[in-house]
Amino acid sequence: MADLSTQYLGLKLKNPLVASPSPFTETVDGVKRLEDAGVSAVTLYSLFEEQIIHESEELDHYLTAGTDSFAEAQSYLPDAGKYSLSPDKYLEHLAKVKKAVKIPVLGSLNGVSTGGWVKWAKKIEEAGADALELNIYFMPTDPAIAGRNIVSDQVSLVRDVKAQIKIPLAVKLSPFYTAMPNVAQQFAGAGAAGLVLFNRFYQPDINLEKLEVEPNLQLSRSDELRLPLRWIAVLADRVKCDFALSTGLHTGDDLAKAILVGASVGQVTSALLKHGPGRVKEILDGFKAILEQHEYKTVSEMKGAMCQKRVAAPAAYERANYMKVLGDFKTLP
Amino acid sequence: MASDKEMTNIDGNEATAYIAHRCAEVIAIYPITPSSNMGEWADEWTAKKQPNIWGTVPTVIEMQSEGGAAGAVHGALQAGALTTTFTASQGLLLMIPNMYKIAGELTSTVFHVSARSLAAQGLSIFGDHQDVMAVRQTGWALISSHSVQEAHDFALICQQATLESRVPFMHYFDGFRTSHEVNKIKLIPDDQIRAMLTDDLVRAHRARAMTPDLPILRGTAQNPDVYFQGRESSNLYYDKCPDLVQKAMDAFAKLTGRAYHLFDYEGAPDAERVIVLMGSGADTACETAKVLAQKGEKVGVLRVRLYRPFSMKHFVDALPKTVKKIAVLDRTKEPGAPAEPLHLDVVTAMSEHWKGAAPKVVGGRYGLSSKEFTPGMVKAVFDELAKPEPKNHFTIGIHDDVSHLSLPWDTSFSIEFPETKRCVFWGLGADGTVGANKNSIKIIGEETDNYTQGYFVYDSKKSGSITVSHLRFGTKPILAPYLIESANFVACHQFNFLEKYDVLKNAAVGGTFLLNSLYAPDQVWNHIPKEIQKGILDKKLKFYVIDAYEVAKKTGMGQRINTIMQTCFFAISGVLPREEAIAQIKKAIKKTYGKRGDAVVQKNFDAVDQTLANLKEVAVPSSANASFGLLPAVPAQAPKFVKDVLGKIIALDGDSLPVSAMPIDGTFPTGTTQWEKRNIALEIPVWEKDLCIQCGKCAFVCPHATIRQKIYDPKLLAGAPASYKSVDAKFKEFPGTKFTIQVAPEDCTGCALCVEACPAKDKTNVSRRAINMAPQPALRAEEAKNWEFFLGLPEVDRAQVPLKTVKSSQILQPLFEFSGACSGCGETPYIKLASQLFGDRMYVANATGCSSIYGGNLPTTPWSKNAQGRGPTWNNSLFEDNAEFGLGMRLTIDKQTEYVKEVLPKLSGLVGQDLVDALLSADMKDEAGLAAQRERVEKLKAKLKGSNDAKAKDVLSLADMLVKKSVWIVGGDGWAYDIGYGGLDHVLASGRNVNLLVLDTEVYSNTGGQASKSTPRGAVAKFAAQGKGMPKKDLGLIAMAYGYVYVARIAMGANDQQTLNAFLEAEAYDGPSLIIAYSHCIAHGIDMRKGLEQQKKAVQCGMWPLYRFNPSLAMAGKNPLTIDSKDATMKVEEYIYSETRYKMLQAQDPERAALLAKQVEHDAKTRWEYYKQMAAMHYDGGAAETPKADA
Repeated sequence: MADLSTQYLGLKLKNPLVASPSPFTETVDGVKRLEDAGVSAVTLYSLFEEQIIHESEELDHYLTAGTDSFAEAQSYLPDAGKYSLSPDKYLEHLAKVKKAVKIPVLGSLNGVSTGGWVKWAKKIEEAGADALELNIYFMPTDPAIAGRNIVSDQVSLVRDVKAQIKIPLAVKLSPFYTAMPNVAQQFAGAGAAGLVLFNRFYQPDINLEKLEVEPNLQLSRSDELRLPLRWIAVLADRVKCDFALSTGLHTGDDLAKAILVGASVGQVTSALLKHGPGRVKEILDGFKAILEQHEYKTVSEMKGAMCQKRVAAPAAYERANYMKVLGDFKTLP
Repeated sequence: MASDKEMTNIDGNEATAYIAHRCAEVIAIYPITPSSNMGEWADEWTAKKQPNIWGTVPTVIEMQSEGGAAGAVHGALQAGALTTTFTASQGLLLMIPNMYKIAGELTSTVFHVSARSLAAQGLSIFGDHQDVMAVRQTGWALISSHSVQEAHDFALICQQATLESRVPFMHYFDGFRTSHEVNKIKLIPDDQIRAMLTDDLVRAHRARAMTPDLPILRGTAQNPDVYFQGRESSNLYYDKCPDLVQKAMDAFAKLTGRAYHLFDYEGAPDAERVIVLMGSGADTACETAKVLAQKGEKVGVLRVRLYRPFSMKHFVDALPKTVKKIAVLDRTKEPGAPAEPLHLDVVTAMSEHWKGAAPKVVGGRYGLSSKEFTPGMVKAVFDELAKPEPKNHFTIGIHDDVSHLSLPWDTSFSIEFPETKRCVFWGLGADGTVGANKNSIKIIGEETDNYTQGYFVYDSKKSGSITVSHLRFGTKPILAPYLIESANFVACHQFNFLEKYDVLKNAAVGGTFLLNSLYAPDQVWNHIPKEIQKGILDKKLKFYVIDAYEVAKKTGMGQRINTIMQTCFFAISGVLPREEAIAQIKKAIKKTYGKRGDAVVQKNFDAVDQTLANLKEVAVPSSANASFGLLPAVPAQAPKFVKDVLGKIIALDGDSLPVSAMPIDGTFPTGTTQWEKRNIALEIPVWEKDLCIQCGKCAFVCPHATIRQKIYDPKLLAGAPASYKSVDAKFKEFPGTKFTIQVAPEDCTGCALCVEACPAKDKTNVSRRAINMAPQPALRAEEAKNWEFFLGLPEVDRAQVPLKTVKSSQILQPLFEFSGACSGCGETPYIKLASQLFGDRMYVANATGCSSIYGGNLPTTPWSKNAQGRGPTWNNSLFEDNAEFGLGMRLTIDKQTEYVKEVLPKLSGLVGQDLVDALLSADMKDEAGLAAQRERVEKLKAKLKGSNDAKAKDVLSLADMLVKKSVWIVGGDGWAYDIGYGGLDHVLASGRNVNLLVLDTEVYSNTGGQASKSTPRGAVAKFAAQGKGMPKKDLGLIAMAYGYVYVARIAMGANDQQTLNAFLEAEAYDGPSLIIAYSHCIAHGIDMRKGLEQQKKAVQCGMWPLYRFNPSLAMAGKNPLTIDSKDATMKVEEYIYSETRYKMLQAQDPERAALLAKQVEHDAKTRWEYYKQMAAMHYDGGAAETPKADA
């Protein structure tokens, strides 16, 4: 029987399948269901920088609007003594989850710029998180901002967040960097113990009737696995940190591929949303079957066995890969 | 020095409610200005589980009216609870019936009243003693407190006195002047409250209660044989009451060191001239008397504290024996009485108890509706008394050029302590000036040994309102309940005020002037009017400027410049060392905003930090060189009354108007808002004529009638200003005409609802619509010219307009325009629509509330008239009786129409049979029919004119009744669902042809958002601070149950055509009609620009189903109910959590929020299913005709 345990961010996990943020993680019961289903750790939903700032400003704005303007109505809403805004609720939730489950629980922060809000990292630590995942996403729209400035700001953010906490920090990236290995290197240097590849985002859609933009989120498909697979293959053995594969993991095969290219864990969301927590067992069973088929005794034995530096033809992860596809195409009748 | 830790800075309402809540078991409340805050405090403390001094949390219940509150109090008292309530004005009058009962049953209780004017020739929310005097006959003890500290102290003294005497007590203080003045007072600690109240008396109160365990019976009916004796049976209790009050005062003095008496005399011990009065004016009078006495004048003041029972003996004993002349000042008016009440009491007391030659007693009136009462006026009264024959029944504080009763006074007379700092701040409601000043008072009061006072004056507009804050602080207690007349520090937070108001009028010589200026220190001088320049030079003011909006922009503060200007004030005034001041401001920021999250705190910190570097002193030039002065309040072409009277009020100089300037019976001309150009919009809409599809939606939703449409003959474009826009009209009924959408640039409030409603998008740039917002200043002059030209174009011939579509409805002239409602108001578009459709034959009965304030508050009012001089005629009776008020109008119209119709045939010889027949059989179902009938009426008048026949004269005087009239009964949900519901129900039941329009904001908006029975479950409102637990009352369903009432539930943001249909059908229906209109409101905590979107969401999620219930259909054998909205396409949560009123409960109490949200969803589904079943019911024809109203 193969040993499924793995190390990720210094945490010993019973298997390499981690539940990433999803509606399941919004309730204690949901997290318990994931634990019961067999995931080895869970990353809670993200607390957003905008949320921390916006909610506070929004509440203030609407409680203040129209006040002290009219003799008969010096305010329009009763101002309660205390408000528990989303950030406070997040911490409460995290603490409750920690009490309810045995598996490690990762907190998650989502932001783009350093500022007062990074102190929430410490609060997440204090609420009991075993590690923190920092979710960075920035949509550049200003032609005057150069890529290096964006990266440099993000590296500062990683450093500032790490400075707040003693628990390990993972950074979840977008796939849109010109020089991914360099960026990964910088994040690791700034304190990231792990990198999560990749974040999936709401993408805008167009409502043709109303001529309006409507963002929505589609669940991932297995074929989306290839992008993170390639990049983990490239980065593993080059950048000194752990890797987690996120996006497109739906089957045991997918998880096996992730470990082979060098990930310590695979993170799953869409498959669970689509099929329910019962899918965890199917993925792990499938993964075990691959391990056994190839007679891997441990996950660490398998981990990175097919990263770019260790495969016979490293170029296969680079441009040659593209050429090969074209070549195959040409051979078709 | 006031360094005691128990000192706090609060207003009179909070100071009173603090004690009332600690001494009560049951509190029944109902909102009415200026007492609402007391109820709000009580509700909030109970919501926060704050116990009374016996350790249990008082029960607080909101009732449907003050009458209801009094009834609940009566019941709670009879069952033995310590019970209280808070009220004012007409609210107190509604309690009178119960007050007789409570007194007749010798029941201990205390009512706390912030005394307010009564609605007579006009309503006023401000302070005087008319309400108090209206209950002096009820058998209650009446105690007057004169300051914030006294309001706090007397609330407790009354509690003990009522328990011991068994006489019910009403404790009152001056509305606004005391209820809303922030002052530094000493709080009574709980142990002293406990020590003050005797538990045995509490138990005795309970022992007198009704209980089946020891049954008694009260409330008997008594006959001539015994009623009289019974009425006299409690005399001894009243006889003893004054001594028991004094006993309580003495006990209180022992505990707190603050000594009071039934009557307190201050001034020269050997005074010959004495003023007698009560209320806040007593502080002014006493302080003035002391100053005059120090100068050797033999003057003094006798304060009346216990007004009922009026102890004549104590009164006479309190007067100095040297007194020769007495002036009794009443803050009330009893037309036709021999004298005002306190005056009469004093005369009686002197005649019955004074030993020796009686001093001369005269009386006078002062201070009605918070009219200023100043040391100069006090001195004038003393001076009058010094005359051999002082004037009697005088007035002081106004100039009476009609009955010549007023005394003149010296406006420059001042008794201010020189060391008291006096600061005046001019701000806008929206810029946060008042909030910042309240904060400053707390900082100064709590962090220094200074005493403080803050009083805030607001105008009556709900958008772009001006606030003037008056702050005093100094080393001695501040007993100056009047506005600052000489300010050491004047701040003007809005640059554009300079063009309208002489903000330096009350600046003291050598003082400081701080201006929020977009111009740099070296440029600002050239941009300020001559009067202001002269003020700075003549008064040798130090002059500072800051571009606060720039600092606010940089620090993310938006329009809120409060923190920035507050920092400037502290930096300049030197009340605290700068560093310490900044630390204290930050501490206050943290305290005020901390619970709303760190981001807000940080933003304010940034604003403080960036302020000082931007604050600059101006090197004042040596001469006033401006080529321009203050703008006139109204344009030169305005009518005389507008210029001479309303213009003065607009210029904040209404106090100078003499009595003769005022209408004798409260009658004012309509259509006056057009003369008050307020220029409050930062941005106004701009029409893109080529994109426009001429749908009318922009004008339909405009709350202020500032975006309008006209169609007209192209020839009329000759002479149009160069930038005037027009296109070919797309109206098939009006071929060959031109079409224009025009904005009133100086009246628009910039709400942008028109932009949100515009469906026409630029195909190449979908963000651009046919209406877009652009900065107002650059457009103002040109668009003002265009607006003037537009107004000059003739209105469309109504008879030609097919009134079926939104598009066509909007070429009709609105006869409700430029109201002072909130920018983006959700109510006014409905009112405006009614005025467009029926305005030229419309009677409006308006319930008190937002709509009566923006509809009828001076100086200018929005109901207007058309070129023929016709338009809505409007009146506001009360809050509770509006449906009945409107019904009364209908009864008169019906009766007089009937009379004319009865008499007319008898005049056929004079008038002609054909015309008589045509007049009596006219079809007035549409505008063409109405126009034809108007023409006939004119013919009729021409024929009757000059006739000496009595009947002919009668018909001539009532001929206009032959044209169909439309009665509209308008009000909010507070009226319709709560206080006026009984009347509304009766009026619906009457079957009469009236139209009731309920502007449903789901809270009492005008008084600050208290819950009504319309408030939906789960919404947070005042008086429902924990989120309302019970569902919204279904008023429409109740009305439908009659079967013969037209009912529509509408939301124009969701379906404008349905809204229009409802108005047309309701008016056409010859019976009672009820329209319930969703009105988004600032009290919902929403972006008002998105108000229409919120309406749509409410409908889409099923919480606000749209329907029309038309009894005419039932008569035709059809189901009368038409549901106009679809099955829910959105989750209730998506709607409710887009509004702060719901969302804040998630932050306050997530579990309760989740529970209530589920229930709300269930409420919506259940109701929807119920309506669907009703709409699907089979009506088999042959339904009975709608019953007609009983003749």
